[in-house]
Amino acid sequence: MEKHILRLKVNGDEYEVYIHPKTLLAEVIRDHLGLTGTKRGCDTVSCGACTVNVEGKSVKSCSVLAIQCEGLEVTTVEGLEVNGKLSQIQRAFLDNGSYQCGFCTPGMLMSSTAFLSELEGKKPSEEEIRESIEGNVCRCTGYNSIVRAIDAVAQGKYKEE
Amino acid sequence: MSHAKYSVINTPVHNIDGIAKVTGRATYTFDVTLPGMLHGKILRSPHPHAKIINIDATRAMELSGVKIVVTGKDTLGIKQGIWRRYEELCDEQVLPLEKVRYIGEPVAAVAAITEEIAEAALDLIDVEYEVLPAVYEPLEAIKKEAPTIHEGVERNVNVTRHIEWGDVDEAFEEADYIREDWFKCSGQAHMCMETRAAVSSFTPEGKLTCWASTQSAYYTQGLLAGVLGLREGDVRVLAPYVGGGFGGKFELDAAMFCSAVMSMKLHKPVKVIFTREEDFIASKRRTPMFYYVRTGMKKDGTFCARESRMFSNGGAYTGMGATALYLSGFFHSFPYKWRGYRYDGYRVYTNTLPSTSMRGFGAPQAMFCSEQQIDWMCADLGLDPFEVRRKNGHTEGYEVPGQAFIASCGLEQCINEIEKWVKAKGKMPPNRGIGISSCGFMSGGIFNWFDSPYSFSSAVVTINVDGTVELHVGCQDIGQGSNTTMAIIAAETLGVKMEDIKVHSGDTTHCPADLGAWGSRQTLMAGNAVKMACEDAKKQLLEFAYAEMGINIVYDLDIKDRWVHIVARPERGLDYFELVKKVLRAKDGQRVVGRGYYTPHRKGMISPAYSYMMQAVDAEIDPETGRIKIHEVMTAHDCGQPINPLGLIGQLEGAASMALGYAYLEDMPFEDGKLMNPNLVDYKVIKAPEMPPTGIIEIDTYEPEGPYGAKEAGEGLTNPTAAALGNAVYNALGIQMKELPITPERILKALREKKEQEAQK
Repeated sequence: MEKHILRLKVNGDEYEVYIHPKTLLAEVIRDHLGLTGTKRGCDTVSCGACTVNVEGKSVKSCSVLAIQCEGLEVTTVEGLEVNGKLSQIQRAFLDNGSYQCGFCTPGMLMSSTAFLSELEGKKPSEEEIRESIEGNVCRCTGYNSIVRAIDAVAQGKYKEE
Repeated sequence: MSHAKYSVINTPVHNIDGIAKVTGRATYTFDVTLPGMLHGKILRSPHPHAKIINIDATRAMELSGVKIVVTGKDTLGIKQGIWRRYEELCDEQVLPLEKVRYIGEPVAAVAAITEEIAEAALDLIDVEYEVLPAVYEPLEAIKKEAPTIHEGVERNVNVTRHIEWGDVDEAFEEADYIREDWFKCSGQAHMCMETRAAVSSFTPEGKLTCWASTQSAYYTQGLLAGVLGLREGDVRVLAPYVGGGFGGKFELDAAMFCSAVMSMKLHKPVKVIFTREEDFIASKRRTPMFYYVRTGMKKDGTFCARESRMFSNGGAYTGMGATALYLSGFFHSFPYKWRGYRYDGYRVYTNTLPSTSMRGFGAPQAMFCSEQQIDWMCADLGLDPFEVRRKNGHTEGYEVPGQAFIASCGLEQCINEIEKWVKAKGKMPPNRGIGISSCGFMSGGIFNWFDSPYSFSSAVVTINVDGTVELHVGCQDIGQGSNTTMAIIAAETLGVKMEDIKVHSGDTTHCPADLGAWGSRQTLMAGNAVKMACEDAKKQLLEFAYAEMGINIVYDLDIKDRWVHIVARPERGLDYFELVKKVLRAKDGQRVVGRGYYTPHRKGMISPAYSYMMQAVDAEIDPETGRIKIHEVMTAHDCGQPINPLGLIGQLEGAASMALGYAYLEDMPFEDGKLMNPNLVDYKVIKAPEMPPTGIIEIDTYEPEGPYGAKEAGEGLTNPTAAALGNAVYNALGIQMKELPITPERILKALREKKEQEAQK
């Protein structure tokens, strides 16, 4: 297979990379673009550390080929913050201590971000919150502090005045 | 007692690395890239026990992009181990010269210009083995006819440990009831989100820099220097953000060793990252243990004696397993007073993945056996399990004979609180039960098997002219938040604010030596070192302030919230920032430097202080399928003075998820020495939907040996859960679970056996 020029938009910026068609989105993000906030923790699409948002939907970036994202908008953890201003879920993670070693945190934040935006203001049940991060493994926190953070944002506690 | 006098301690603060972690700025060893860096891969043994006859790397070297292949012959062949004070326990060559002893053991390493080429080269290394008979279970390996795993080690017994106090036989004679049980406790993978990772860079000056995912930069430095024949000072270890440890990351691992060996040959940086599968099959595990427990009790519930024998599956090498053998036997007596206690532990080599320390350090296994047997004995005698635990529990001022002195102990209050909580829940519906378990844990180990010539913990604090503070510590933040804890202790002691403190850690060149993150040692040991360093610096500031303020020498001065003042007349004082500027002028421009250190002395054999706790698990079991649903976990916890309340809740919840995983989900089944579930599809960890609500009741105690009264929190909480779940299952269904994990299959089997027994009656 021949190498291929891929154009995609990551965190609002247009990038052009020259890749082998079998290159994973996770590899493009980390190795080609140097956005190492996105992590990888397994080889079996099981841990969720590599979760990013593609067109606003939560996607495990180790499970899709980069070429499947041709022309699409990708958001990584680096894209949540705007000029030093943290997003609601980032601030809620800080207040609730929703991270420890931090290795799963970028993936958790991206799953949560997609979930919260899909709610469109609807208040989720605790069960729905837990299901929204079912694909993300955290070995440190026991998840409950993450659930509290997502709930706080869903309840509007971090809305800008 | 109330400690409201603190301005920073026990107030809610954000972790100091929080912003880095929620924005993706935190870079781990996994993320480190250096100019000209090569990628390394490790070839691993497919055999559980085999002689290495020949390794031929010719074909691999011919592959374009391959820079080097190394085997044991390219190393100094030094047998290493973290118990480096004891030569016989240094039994592991990371790249073995003569034979392999478990499936997954490294035999060769490759460095190439890309990871893909290195991976492809592994298939081109030809290894000729002579397969040897293998043995996988400790009770088999200890038999006379079992194959020898390490030459000269009789019956494959790696280490033994005898603990005894009181007249055990006489104490048993006083018992009205004696019960004996056998238990089988499984292994568990640490399953750190960041797999084993290292980047080594050796330069022609003869200096090595190694970025490593480690729990102790200092141990890694010492071990690397030892196996590479370098001076410790010529090895710099950098531990940036570390993606979890849980007891599995302070030995020398193959990522560190192989990257360093190859970098030394090539004078180029080399990165080695374990795949998740490698992490499962070749990075050690919680020690599987077989326990025989014999306990004698009086009719009124007074404990008389306990005698236990334990055989642990040590796997192929010693690692930290020797410590786990000791601690398991010690904590098996906890948290109770025994007139006579005897423990004989045997750590047995097998041809499986080596076992080592993991959060709880042998105690979760010990408590699973002890705390269930106590409940069964209470049931047999018609006694109240809360009352029996209260009657026999440790109290302040108790001395565990010849072993430990208990200065602070909130066990009784923990039992009272959990009893109230359980009773308030009332009668449980069918197939649902609440189980309890109590335990205690260490606040750092007194052992020095590493033979460190340095203080156990050290800290250096430097105050800049603008009043900002540089705190250099050797303790390692692996996500548990030790950097934040140290910043809180420093801010409290110096009387400044959190934002005035900058913590530097994880760098052996710029930070003082410290044994690192294991055995719940950092809050107490590094915390004491930080407190002492800050008191030293503060004294220098206050000496000047006395002179500057011209006050009567009977007055005490202190600093709080950046205000230097007379303690008795807090309105009289001066601004901290102004004072610092003046002090520097008086010191000929020298910055204020404070030093602190801590090494435990005259604190017994085990630890300077002990935490206590009781936990209750509310579980429901479907008798048709054996499936368990955990409704709630409640813990009453005595960790002395809490330092970081948000961090403490995080530790409790995290410990509960890891310990629940150990109790009913996580298992490491081997077949012919091969791990059957080395991936996150088949290895089940707790995920968000299964995680129950968890509550914590803090018991207020003050530990005189701890900084501001603090002691252990977070590791000990891994200990009670499996036992509490076992007791919940017993209370729900009347079946006794003697094997971990408590799976649906084991529950259904126990239910069938119970039915058969009832039918026979």
